[in-house]
Parts: sequence; C-alpha cells; structure tokens
Amino acid sequence: MSDLIQPLSESTEPPTALQIKLQRRSRWNAVLRYTLLTVVGFVMIYPLLWLVGASFKSNAEMFSSAWFWPKDATVQGYIDGWKTSTPYTFATFFFNSMQIVIPKVIGTAISCTLVAYGFARFEFPGKKILFAILIATLLLPDVVTRIPQYLLFRELGWLDTYLPLIAPAWLAGDAFFVFMMIQFLRAIPREMEEAARVDGANTAQTLIFIVVPILMPALVSVCLFQFMWTMNDFLGPLIYISTVEKYPVSLALKLSIDATEAFNWNSILAMTVLALTPSLVVFFIAQKSFIEGISTGGVKG
Amino acid sequence: MAELQLRSVEKSYGNGFKAVHGIDLHVKEGEFMVLVGPSGCAKSTTLRMIAGLETITGGEVLIGDRVVNDLVPGKRGIAMVFQNYALYPHMQVRRNLSFGLRLKRQPKEQIESATQDVSGVLEIEELLDRLPKQLSGGQAQRVALGRALIKQPEVFLFDEPLSNLDAKLRASMRVRITDLHKRLRDEARPATVVYVTHDQVEAMTMGDRICVMKDGHIMQVADPTTLYDRPANAFVAGFIGMPEMNLVPAALAGGKGGQSLTLDGQSISVGKDLEARLESSGGRVTMGIRPQHLEIVAADADDALTGKIVNLEFMGHEVNLHADVGGETFVCVVPSDQFDKNLQRGDRVGLRPRTSKMHVFDIHTGANISLA
Ligand SMILES: Nc1ncnc2c1ncn2[C@@H]1O[C@H](COP(=O)(O)OP(=O)(O)O)[C@@H](O)[C@H]1O
Ligand SMILES: [Mg+2]
Repeated sequence: MSDLIQPLSESTEPPTALQIKLQRRSRWNAVLRYTLLTVVGFVMIYPLLWLVGASFKSNAEMFSSAWFWPKDATVQGYIDGWKTSTPYTFATFFFNSMQIVIPKVIGTAISCTLVAYGFARFEFPGKKILFAILIATLLLPDVVTRIPQYLLFRELGWLDTYLPLIAPAWLAGDAFFVFMMIQFLRAIPREMEEAARVDGANTAQTLIFIVVPILMPALVSVCLFQFMWTMNDFLGPLIYISTVEKYPVSLALKLSIDATEAFNWNSILAMTVLALTPSLVVFFIAQKSFIEGISTGGVKG
Repeated sequence: MAELQLRSVEKSYGNGFKAVHGIDLHVKEGEFMVLVGPSGCAKSTTLRMIAGLETITGGEVLIGDRVVNDLVPGKRGIAMVFQNYALYPHMQVRRNLSFGLRLKRQPKEQIESATQDVSGVLEIEELLDRLPKQLSGGQAQRVALGRALIKQPEVFLFDEPLSNLDAKLRASMRVRITDLHKRLRDEARPATVVYVTHDQVEAMTMGDRICVMKDGHIMQVADPTTLYDRPANAFVAGFIGMPEMNLVPAALAGGKGGQSLTLDGQSISVGKDLEARLESSGGRVTMGIRPQHLEIVAADADDALTGKIVNLEFMGHEVNLHADVGGETFVCVVPSDQFDKNLQRGDRVGLRPRTSKMHVFDIHTGANISLA
C-alpha cells in the first residue's frame, strides 16, 4: 500500500501538508480494509475450522462450546468412524468412490476435449442447431431428466452398477464443461494449429500435440471440478446404487447417521474430514497449472 | 525447388463473400515474389489458398507440375511464416524447429544436424532450450523462420512476418531474409518465395517482382523499377511511391504548339516525350506526377501551375510542400538545400512538372494511357 504513495513523496522537497494528509488517510484506509477482510475471512473459514477441531472432540464435549479447539483431544472419532456400523470399513467406500471418480474424470477430459474441438474449429452441417441444443441442455434443470434417465438405465439393466454414473461423462454429458472448453478454445489463435498442419500434422496429431497441451490449464480445471463434484455427489449414487457394499463415501456418511440410535457425532465429523481430504489434496496438487498463465508465449507482440 | 502457378484462382467464403476474383500468377523457380496491397485486398486469402489452409473455390494452384488443389498443407511442399510467429508455446525452440521432421519420423541424428544447421544460419543456437514466451519478438520471428527453413520446402510463404516488429528490427530482418534468399540461390538450391506485405518499402526492397493487388484483383505484376516508372494504372501509381503520386483530373486537348493539359483554367504543354507516349488525343483524363518530379518556380512562370501553399513539412533532408491548385492539393518534395526559406504558408508559387516523368490515366478505367 505504501508503495503506491511513495512517488508522491519522492521529490527532494519536504512533503507538503496535503501530501502528509493524503498519506495518513491512505494508511488508515489500508488498516481498515485489511481488518475488515481478516474478520470476514475468519467468519467464512470458521465452520471448516470447527469441523476439523470438533472431529477431535469427544462426543460429550461436542455441543458444549462453539469454540473449535478441543479441550482434551481424542482420535476415538476416527477409529469408530473408520470401522462404521456395517461389515465394511471406510476403505471400501473410498475405493468405491475412486471407482466412480477416476473413470468419470478421464471420460470427461477425453469426450469434452473432442466435442469442444469439433465445435470450436470445424464447420459441419447442422452445427448451429447442435450447438443450440448443447446450450439448451446447459439451461435444463437436472431433475427434469432424472426419471427418463432412470428408466433408460433400468432398461439397459445398469441399476446398482456404476455405469449410470460414469457413462454420461464418456459421452460429453456435462454440457457445462464442453461449453467452458469451447470458450477457452475460441480465445486461442488458430495460427498454431495451422502451423502444425503446414508442418504435416493431421487433425488427430494437431489435437494431441498442439491443442491439448495448450488447453491443459482448462483441462485441469475441468478435471478438478469433475473430481470434486463427483466426490460430493449424493443424489446420483442414492438413486442408482442400492447395495451397501457398493456405496461411495457420500452415501456412506449418511449411512452412519441412519444406522445408530444415538448419533456418534464425532465419528461422523471425523469421516467428513477424511471425505474432504481427496478433493483438497487434488486441488493443491493441481493448483499450479490451474492458476498458471494460459496461452501466452506462442502468440504475442 | 519449383515454380508456382495460379490459374484463374477464385475464392468465395462460406458467407457468400467473393474475396478473390480469378487471379493468374506465375512465380518462377527461385523467385522472390511480393504480394502487396491495402488491407483487405485478399493477400492473405491468396497465400492461404496456396498453403492449403483455405479451400480453393475456382481455378488451379500448381507447385512444380502438380495441381495441389486437393492436397493437405503438409503434402504440398510448402512452409509458412505467420505474422504472429505461431510458435508452439509449450515446446522449446529446439522442438518447435524439429516438430515437422519428428512428425515425418526422420532419424534422430538427421533431425539434430538439421537443427544445428538452421540455428547456426539464424544465430539462434543460444535460444534452443528456451520456451517461446522467453523470446523477444525478433528472436521469435527468427525461430519461426527457422521452422520454415528446416523443412527445405519447395515454396516459402510469408504472411506479413515483420509487421509485429519495431521499425529498426524490421529493417534488419528485411536484410536477413533477402540475404538468406540470395544465399540459397548461390548454394544452388534456390527458394521460391511468396511474401505478403502491406508495406511498400518491404515490397520494393525485397521483391524480385511485385504483385500489386486490390479488392481481390491483380493490378500489376512487375519488377520494382517498372512498377515505379511505368505503373499500369492509377491505383498502382498511387500505391507505390512516397509520398503518393499526385493524381488530379485534367482536360487533355490538342493545340497549335502540341497537346496540353488544362486544370483550373491553367494550361501546361505536355512536351514532346509525353506526347509521343500518349494513346489519346483529347478528353477528360487523370494526370499523375510524383512529388519528386515537381519543380518549384516563380508564380506565373511558363508551363507551370500556379497554386497557394497550404502546408509545409520539414523532414530534415527535404521539405514537403503542399500547394492548392483550384481545389486540388499537389504535394511537392524539394531537397532542403534547394528550398527557398522565404516561402511561407499562403504564398503563391509555380509548380512545374517534369513532363517526361508524367503519366496520364484514363479517367474512368484508371488505365495508364501514356505507356506507349
Ligand atoms: N473467413 C472469412 N469469411 C468471410 N470473409 C473473409 C474471411 N476471411 C477474410 N475475409 C474477407 O476477405 C477479404 C480479404 O481478406 P484478407 O485476405 O485477410 O485480406 P488481406 O490479407 O489482404 O488484408 C476481406 O474483405 C475479409 O473481410
Ligand atoms: Mg492479411
């Protein structure tokens, strides 16, 4: 903040009364702003802090105080929670979640890239109509398609398998991601692809060697969102998965609320913390390319 | 290496816009051909049809003796340098250079030695391990040039490769490219080049021949001197040369002392040389005289147009004098040491054209009718 005012006072003459006044005012502004931001930031993050803290509290202490720091910390919640009230441990449920998440993320990355590349770079008959339909599905609320989709997958005999959850992703079913990639591609100049074609690359080679690497930041974002949304998806598995053995983490958490008469809040919270970890880890690993500059370098003045 | 031919090539875009109206062009083997014209005259479109990046909607393009209309760019034996460099941002310079060769699965040692050769010629050895974003504009354009050179194509295509560079760098790159072209010619592997620019200085200094385009038509194809001295039409006359040629409507008429041109009630005799060249004996015409070929004389002198000075631009080594003659502005370039310092805005002066250097154009078609 003080950097901003420096040039004003840099002249050899002593600062005038007005300059001093301006400096003081902007310093006060900075103090005020940062205090406000810190307070609001703390309020926002507090529930999360409480969640982590409370997962180490005993069940008795849980509701005695709104403060997040446990008086006498215990990992009993983690031990009980991991065992669950079912014959399976949480390891099974994590494994199940991965069985849904990983194919879904891969499928999304591949299918969305292909579809977006097609829309952004090629002219074909019916393109306008198809694009309009794509946008329309973006605006369509999910609930509208739930029942027909359920009937379709029942006909296919896919109930109580992960296929209804995974298959749409392989068919670029998430219009939002396709749309996002198209917008990203549109902002990338075509010259690099044209240079590749002149260099002798065919369409597939251009896509793999040129477009995909340039698209990488967008692709990482798509995978990240898909990972988190799928990890957190509750309704999808609830509708299609009926065997406890096949439950993903999101359903398993609910399971521990249902099954016991007196809720073991600390074990529920402990498992919630664990359920959050994969998303957080993935986010921090991907953060660099997620935020990194986009298509600079190839085309600049 | 091969020649390049365009035979009544046409281009209509998907939206129905006709950008190129049947052009014929023959670029000889090893020739440096410059396509020049104002923005939007379809230079890029033409070049991209040669490259195979746009479909050809009429006519034929031949490279060597092959019709390439239906070949993909990679199979045409061309290399292209883009205005924006279009380097692959995620590859180091080395891999940018070798991308084409790697696609062709050439042996490693061969790729390595080709990379060394090219980077030596272009002095980019130190840059080989950098990413494009770590290069300056001039360096990036040299790499782009290297990426074209390494393929040893039959035809080089350039689309305004220097317009993103500052003036100084542009001048040095200009020399570098022409030197390279000469060098390849000396090494007996001449490169056929089609070079697009909107900059007439680039065109005049680089081209063996220049093709001037306007609105998807070719206006004239000729070497720089011919283009300057014998422009085929008023468009070329006005486009080539700095400052622009003065093009002013006038009346051509015969008389006792030979033919004369009249404008604003003032007549000047056309002189023997021009009279011999003229293909017309009278009527409305456009007269054309370059600013360098107008001499400042006393107002009311013989065979001079009298006008009023409306602007004076001092350029250092020369002075641009703008004079109004009956509503038409003439620009006249005078070397500083010959310029009468007493002249001021508002003064009346005489402008005497060197008629031997004058051109007369058909007022409707713009065709030069003083070339005979
Ligand atoms: N994809 C396109 N669709 C329709 N018209 C186009 C397209 N590309 C270029 N044009 C038009 O064709 C004409 C020539 O364009 P271009 O070849 O880029 O000109 P130049 O390179 O000489 O400036 C321009 O009028 C331009 O608007
Ligand atoms: Mg252009």
